[in-house]
Amino acid sequence: MSALTQAERRDYCIRFGDNALILGQRLGEWCGHAPVLEEDIALTNIALDLVGQARLWLAHAGAVEGEGRDEDALAMKRDVLDFRNVLLVEQPNGDFAHTIARQFLYDAWAVPLYQALASSGDETIRGIAEKAVKESLYHRRHSSEWVIRLGDGTEESRARMITALDDLWGFQDELFEMDALDAKALAAGVGIDLAALRPAWSAHVEAVLAEATLPLPGVTWRVTGGRKGRHSEHLGYILAELQFLQRAYPDAVRW
Amino acid sequence: MGKRDWPLWEVFIQPRAGLNHKHVGSLRAPDADMAISNARDVYTRRGEGESIWVVRSTDIHASAPDDRGMLYDPSDDKIYRHPTFYDVPEDVEHM
Repeated sequence: MSALTQAERRDYCIRFGDNALILGQRLGEWCGHAPVLEEDIALTNIALDLVGQARLWLAHAGAVEGEGRDEDALAMKRDVLDFRNVLLVEQPNGDFAHTIARQFLYDAWAVPLYQALASSGDETIRGIAEKAVKESLYHRRHSSEWVIRLGDGTEESRARMITALDDLWGFQDELFEMDALDAKALAAGVGIDLAALRPAWSAHVEAVLAEATLPLPGVTWRVTGGRKGRHSEHLGYILAELQFLQRAYPDAVRW
Repeated sequence: MGKRDWPLWEVFIQPRAGLNHKHVGSLRAPDADMAISNARDVYTRRGEGESIWVVRSTDIHASAPDDRGMLYDPSDDKIYRHPTFYDVPEDVEHM
């Protein structure tokens, strides 16, 4: 069992941190624009949870890298090609159904992910996982309840939900991908078997879709690449909003 | 979307086990489970409590303000209902 290098441990953490950061940023776009006040608060609460997770992941990545980059530096000063989030989280918010579908597919993955990471050999990762699993359980409940109500709702909500799931279904493979770094992290006792999360994910997703009287999407195309830095055109715009302030006013310290 | 289809719910939060649920406000939700989720999001952001009750506002029955005199004034001058005639020794702390 060979240990991870500092750079490898950093890269492993950055993947999870970037997922949380970009998804949190996307949800933040709903602030002030949600269909009802209660959902405005719910979505931004979830966004804050995710940004908090991103902060912990990126802080740990910066610390193990040991070159003086903290979580702010990693979040605000990397460009598109250096981000390692999955393609799913950078997809546009679209209508409420698209946002809920994206969240649903992510949350169904995040729960077994953090449950597994709670046994990581890395103490900081264990701490992140123990906190994030509770947040993710609530997120998953929230998005699942909405999938059920939108799917088994009006004709319009059902049609929109079907469209949303069809649009996002093809991005699922990246969640369960095991590349060389994943395999090495698993062998070192730091990482987990992401492919092994798939049965739990499928079980939950299929059960909720059944209760929502929604068909399993028949979409067969699959796309990956975010984890390798090959992103869709959306990420550039997301980072432009996220990073503008830090890049334009790098010396600003007081708000 | 018919927001008028979302009934109003009154929210009660219990700060700690054993204490009373306190009324903290109201919100709209399509059903009881979403009302609890919404209450959790809207009313427990700052560690306010450990238990949530939600009740449809239409299930709350309130006394009529005009009946105040009839309902509450008679108890104003019945001092024998208050336990205030005991000599409590100084060392007894919680009474």
